[in-house]
Amino acid sequence: MSASSSLDAGDRVAAGRGPSIPAFRVARSKRMHLYVLIVCVIIVAVLASVPLWSQVGTSRTLVTLFGLVALAQMWNLLGGFAGLISVGQQAYIGIGAYGLWLLADEFHLHPFVAVIGAAALAALVALPIAPLLFRLRGGYFAIGTWVFAEITRIVVSNIQATGGGSGITIISAARIPFETRIPGTYWVGLTVAVGSVLIVYFLLRSKIGLGLTAIRDNDLAAQSSGVNVFRSKLIVYVIAAFGCGAMGAVVALNLLFIQPSASFDITWTAFAIFIVVIGGFGSIEGPLIGAVIFFALQQTLSQHGQTYMLLLGAIAVVMATVAPRGIWGLVVARWDLHLFPVRRGLVMQSPPERAEPASAGEADAAADASSRKEVAP
Amino acid sequence: MNWVNITLQGILLGGLYALFAVGLALVFGVMRMVNLAHGDLGILAAFIALALVQSAHFGLLWASLLTIALMFGIGYVLQRGLLNFTLGTDDTRPIVVTFGLSIIIQNGLLLGFTADSRGLDAGAVETASIHISNQLAIGWYPLLVFIAAVAIITAVQLFLNRTKLGRAFRATSDDREAAELMGIDNRHIYALAMAVALVTVAIGGIALAIRTTFDPTTGPFNLLFAFEAVIMGGMGSIWGTLMGGIVLGVAQVLGAQVFGAGWGILCGHAVFLLVLALRPSGFFARTVTT
Amino acid sequence: MSLLELQDVSVFYGDFQALFSISLTVEEGQTFAVIGANGAGKSTMLKTVAGVLRPRSGRVLFEGEPVDQVSAHKRVSMGISMVPEGRRVFPSLTVEENLHIGAYGGRKGDWNLESVYELFPLLEPLSKRQSASLSGGEQQALAIGRALMSNPHLVLLDEVSLGLAPVVIKRIYEAMVELAVRGTTILVVEQDVQHVLTVADRVACFLEGRISLLGRPGELSSDDISAAYFGM
Repeated sequence: MSASSSLDAGDRVAAGRGPSIPAFRVARSKRMHLYVLIVCVIIVAVLASVPLWSQVGTSRTLVTLFGLVALAQMWNLLGGFAGLISVGQQAYIGIGAYGLWLLADEFHLHPFVAVIGAAALAALVALPIAPLLFRLRGGYFAIGTWVFAEITRIVVSNIQATGGGSGITIISAARIPFETRIPGTYWVGLTVAVGSVLIVYFLLRSKIGLGLTAIRDNDLAAQSSGVNVFRSKLIVYVIAAFGCGAMGAVVALNLLFIQPSASFDITWTAFAIFIVVIGGFGSIEGPLIGAVIFFALQQTLSQHGQTYMLLLGAIAVVMATVAPRGIWGLVVARWDLHLFPVRRGLVMQSPPERAEPASAGEADAAADASSRKEVAP
Repeated sequence: MNWVNITLQGILLGGLYALFAVGLALVFGVMRMVNLAHGDLGILAAFIALALVQSAHFGLLWASLLTIALMFGIGYVLQRGLLNFTLGTDDTRPIVVTFGLSIIIQNGLLLGFTADSRGLDAGAVETASIHISNQLAIGWYPLLVFIAAVAIITAVQLFLNRTKLGRAFRATSDDREAAELMGIDNRHIYALAMAVALVTVAIGGIALAIRTTFDPTTGPFNLLFAFEAVIMGGMGSIWGTLMGGIVLGVAQVLGAQVFGAGWGILCGHAVFLLVLALRPSGFFARTVTT
Repeated sequence: MSLLELQDVSVFYGDFQALFSISLTVEEGQTFAVIGANGAGKSTMLKTVAGVLRPRSGRVLFEGEPVDQVSAHKRVSMGISMVPEGRRVFPSLTVEENLHIGAYGGRKGDWNLESVYELFPLLEPLSKRQSASLSGGEQQALAIGRALMSNPHLVLLDEVSLGLAPVVIKRIYEAMVELAVRGTTILVVEQDVQHVLTVADRVACFLEGRISLLGRPGELSSDDISAAYFGM
């Protein structure tokens, strides 16, 4: 089997008699994607080794990058792929943070394990909320998510047991010895970041993923095409909550101290929006690039507080108006480059009447070279 | 504990919320756009009025009038110069851009005015009250705000129903392309709608600033309240925003009374969720959303 | 000087070319019919004249002036008025309000509420009704009346008989004749060939974005027309 054949062969339509549709098959991956995969594995391996040879500060700082990657992937999953623009994901970030405290300090789970539990908690909360929010559309849906985030913030602020408005320390995590805690937190963070990319990747390759494109573009039309719109949206919303919950737990683990005003801060949404707007909507590569750029900006400029945020806002406004598909969108438009094989292409196969290829490899190469019509996610 | 008194307070508070809600509903009605910076623009107006009073030594009335006129202009330019370009078949751009605007306004105000709480001083009217009976008293100021809200909503409704321009608003809202064929310039209509919306939210912002303290980050709260009022009142209905505002105001005030001060707003949110669950098209919906 | 002239107009929808270098002329006072199958480009041509679409190349001249880059709403005050495909009356407005809106961007002239009600008496008793509750035929009459309220020099009619009962179509065509008698210039796009040929002074047949036939109805045989319509 040649390197260019698809990982999912799909259907083959045989050329029939008379004027017929040229034979085609649905293909997803190209040779290039294999190289990308190798590069990604190398990058992750390098990142995983960081705590072994670098300073403590580096590890802790990179965890924030991992958090941003996860947040951006989740926000983009909702907004860029499913068309659900949420300005309230901070609800689940906060639930993740406080969930970690609850499971680690009150239920005595190991903090690293509690991260998954906290994420599951966030997903559990998202389940009944989603149907309510789905009654709203577009901008009103967005504000609805904000209302829900506010509700979670107020509730947590008012409960004395969680430390109320002043916040609380995650004692069980603080008690883990330094030499274990720093690398451990780092690796948990890395896992969450990589996991978020993988979740989005596999979701998009699935049947649900195909439906998402239709939903985003016109969900009424999608419904009449047989796509179960509600179920797809629900799955995506719950997964995004899970991812944001995991991210919130990781951030909490990194900081050891949580506070409603910080965990449920709308600023998280601002960051997510900035990352996705700059990097690119509706692709996996976009938010990755955006996260790195944002992280770099944050490290250099964030001490300037309001000016920095003002600049962020201005850049986001300009980018959203002028280049709505972000930096990666510009790359795609210019070079038609797709690193992650989530799109489905139609590979036209040469009709049988043409010259016989000498080997199977050549046939596939010929197919590759002929026009590919790709379905855009 | 006088329930009637408290409920009355809630109703009057609803007037203030309606002031914030009208503009949001109008803009959505005409151009299907939700302005996430709506609340912040109201607070911006409050700060402009404050600056005029404190630095330029205008009287409150003149400062308010000037602010309102300014906000009209800001609304027109904002829509025509920026937001019109984000409109199209894609829902996401206006949301992202207006959210970015919200961040810009808040942080700009923080830079210019710091995070200190402020208030606008309207003198004795703020605390004066009317004693209807031994147990019943309502504040002059909340009553004035409520009356202003009713007046503004009436004016907007009359404008939409009885004037040539208002008719153009409604036609554009129904069918943008067909409206173009009638000689109606969409870009201008949208800009006017935003300008009118900012006038109403400016009045709301100033009213709020007199009633209570505010700071650069107060904006989003008002957005959420305005939104809840619009949804509960029913989209497509201007009068509905008053009804929604009243329901919200009463819920908040009663909630604070029953559960304690910190829970009032939460109670309002809870009632909103309840209405969303049980009667999602609101009390006065004219059109079923598609 | 002709009232309307299209010179080598080509119109695209993205990458898809809908009109290929179309040229035609409409004289003052004429009723000019454009026929053709679905997708032939008739409505595209009309929308280009109205300003909803812009040509990628070629010129549109109205009263001798190039208007191809003028936006649609401005063309109304210049004297071009369109009755769009599908009627598209404003559903939340009453009949009377719809007519008033027609006059929004328009010019002074003979057309007003009374004269429109004279042309379409069926509309007068409905004047306070919301136009969404009207029947197809009533809406079509309203759409035409609305277009007339701007006192246009050139009226564009896009498939006005689509989906209407024969009795209603007859009334609409009678109205068209009355308009012609008043000297109004009409450019009408139709799929219903029989009816439109009875009122047209000139007819053009579109086929896949090009003109396949041009002439006077009296001079063209039904075979010519069928051939041009179906492209055989």
